[in-house]
Amino acid sequence: MIPELGQFSLILAFCLSILLGTLPIIGAARGNVLWMNLARPLAAGVFVFLGISISILAYAFVTDDFSVQIVAAQSNSLLPMRYKLTALWGGHEGSFLLWTFMLAGWMLAVSIYSKSMPIEFVSRVLGVLGMLCFAYILFMLATSNPFMRIVPLPPADGSDLNTALQDFGFIVHPPTLYMGYVGFSVVFAFAIAALLSGRLDAAWARWSRPWANVSWAVLTIGIALGSWWAYYELGWGGWWAWDPVENPPLITWLFGTALVHSLAVTEKRGVFKSWTVLLAILAFSGSLLGTFITRSGLLTSVHAFASDPTRGVFILGILGIAVGGSLLLYAIRAPLMKSEFGFGLVSREVFILINNVLLVVSAASVFLGTLFPMVYQALTDDLISIGPPYFNAIFVPLMMILVLFLGIGPMSRWKRTSTTYLLQQVARVAVASLVIGVVLPLIVLFEFSLSATISVALAAWIVLTIAKDIANKTANKKSFAKGLRSLSLSYYGMQFAHAGIAVMLIGVGLTSYFSSERSVLLAPGESVALGSYSFQFEGSESMRGPNYIADRATMRVTRNGAPLPNLYPERRIYLATGTPSTEMAIDAGFFRDLFITLGEEKENDAWTMTVYVKPFVRWIWLGSIFMALGGTVAAADKRYRRLRQRKQDQAKETLTSMEPSVS
Amino acid sequence: MKPHRRKKLGIILFIAAGLSVSIGLILYAMSQNINLFYTPTQVAQGEVGVGQQIRIGGMVKEGSVVSASDSLLVRFETTDYVHAVPIEYEGILPDLFREGQGIVAEGTVDSAGVFHASRVLAKHDENYMSQEVKAALDAAGVDTSGHPTSLLPPES
Repeated sequence: MIPELGQFSLILAFCLSILLGTLPIIGAARGNVLWMNLARPLAAGVFVFLGISISILAYAFVTDDFSVQIVAAQSNSLLPMRYKLTALWGGHEGSFLLWTFMLAGWMLAVSIYSKSMPIEFVSRVLGVLGMLCFAYILFMLATSNPFMRIVPLPPADGSDLNTALQDFGFIVHPPTLYMGYVGFSVVFAFAIAALLSGRLDAAWARWSRPWANVSWAVLTIGIALGSWWAYYELGWGGWWAWDPVENPPLITWLFGTALVHSLAVTEKRGVFKSWTVLLAILAFSGSLLGTFITRSGLLTSVHAFASDPTRGVFILGILGIAVGGSLLLYAIRAPLMKSEFGFGLVSREVFILINNVLLVVSAASVFLGTLFPMVYQALTDDLISIGPPYFNAIFVPLMMILVLFLGIGPMSRWKRTSTTYLLQQVARVAVASLVIGVVLPLIVLFEFSLSATISVALAAWIVLTIAKDIANKTANKKSFAKGLRSLSLSYYGMQFAHAGIAVMLIGVGLTSYFSSERSVLLAPGESVALGSYSFQFEGSESMRGPNYIADRATMRVTRNGAPLPNLYPERRIYLATGTPSTEMAIDAGFFRDLFITLGEEKENDAWTMTVYVKPFVRWIWLGSIFMALGGTVAAADKRYRRLRQRKQDQAKETLTSMEPSVS
Repeated sequence: MKPHRRKKLGIILFIAAGLSVSIGLILYAMSQNINLFYTPTQVAQGEVGVGQQIRIGGMVKEGSVVSASDSLLVRFETTDYVHAVPIEYEGILPDLFREGQGIVAEGTVDSAGVFHASRVLAKHDENYMSQEVKAALDAAGVDTSGHPTSLLPPES
């Protein structure tokens, strides 16, 4: 009975989303304040009923209600409670409900934090989000009902959550990624609302910016969590595989990054309007593309859900209507978007334009590499795959050029900057970066490699230009501390995020070129050396976990003879399905990770295993944390709140001026 | 032509040229990195040149897995139930590698017809069949346990 209530609640949310997707938008078009004012309560209603629905599904998982199909498919009575609860998003239906619930959450946030915007605009934004909600719930009800029952004979026990998912990463990665993904729907809705109203001004950009920044920050964390999880769970020691399902979040992120920058220009200078709108549409399309790829069964990957062609067609339909419709609207409205200000060939506008072009080209190249095999297969029936070398060959040089401009951009001025001024500013910084790039890897790692030099030099370039810029901006203040206080939060946010790129660059550069690994067969007592580290196999023992049995090896680790903590890699067999799974053991460190994966047992208690040393790998995720913090700090700039206050007063005025016409 | 129009045209031409160069480079990089997929039958019939980087997909033949007791070398055969191709792999096989399961391997074929795998992939979900393996079995007209999919025997 209870699961049916969940479905009933989902249907109620569906009905409310129909109203939300239509009435406020019509109201805005006709100037009907009553209908526009329905937007907020309806958005709250959709949120509440989706919330009830997802809570009931969670309850079914927690109470082991195996008469519900997806509970039986994704859970098991032996599963620890934290995985029972999160098994909800371990399959297609539940994760899509989570996705839709996230959208409703963003919708609620918009309806709460939009007091400063005119109601006409808010109702359009919520209306567009309501339409998306409508499409998503319709999709669930029509093709993938999470509350489907197994009648008349439910199984006695569930067939277990995929063992690869029984991990902390699974608890945090999908919700964070979805939240970031869906956040771009908000920015998209802002863009569409602006197109509908025909008023694309600086105010629109100012309203969108905090939302774009926060979504971008959350998406950054979501992708980083996925990378971190893959790194320690999948056991191949990599942190990015150019997997066709990893790529759409990256594409969205690249468009989102371009959007965050382009919004800045639109807000401050009133130019690039149509370009910014296009980027908002593209970022949103990227997120839909991700859903389509994972859920259509087009791909073979760790992420792919079991496939059902009707789902693929349905999502393709949503994708087509949403993207096609918004592009059509864009084409109709684009001529209205005249840019008002001119700018010189060397100016901050141009540097941001270069940033945008580089980001969009890299997004396009990832997109091509991801979709080409599918298109090729559809056309010729031949199966092909495109390997990581393709992506590295395109992506890496583009990012290097981007980083070069990243140093100069923040120093340049709006409208026009003199080239000699810029050269004068960066000449010494450039030389210093080169010196650091050559010397630092030599000191730290006692090795020379061109790639390490390039990445360290680029990282130094970012850090030094930031330092130089801060020095310049505080130079004419009474004291350095006063100068620092005079800089805005959005400035700090930007520099923080840029510094994150530097940290990540060091991680990527040094891990990619100085990592070492060895696969060996070790009998008890034998050891293997890797660089200055030595790993000695002490022996293995059997042990039992809550829902698995395992063989656990004890590895004694030493560095130049000095002991380090022991490592205990495991090889588990999950009881419900009999699936084997390797649990790697990691000794994580700020400057290096050591890790071991266990293979299989051979004669005389010997085991095959792979040992890895990965210098600076943590810096990759540390950099993402910096970037996400930067995005959040920038969104918290009091400028937005102050303007919000001013807008609030304006909104009141417009509202009072409109009232007579309504009555 | 008015000066601002000429400036605009210049910018457009510049962007178009940049775009075509980058698309050209992208396509070139892509063509260098495409791994074609072959079925065991195609490999056994010598359709693949020696040393060419390819992917092969099929079922792991029952009773074919031999792993050396003193090294990481593993030998097994992958089959579409028409032809089997011997594969050599040095390393640790994925968790779900098992006899009678579908796998995809990346690597090259040597002159003796042995496939040297640099990577072996096995699916995480037992019920799920990788596209490559499915294509190989479909081409051979058999299901996952080697029974003909149609009632009529394959024509060849």
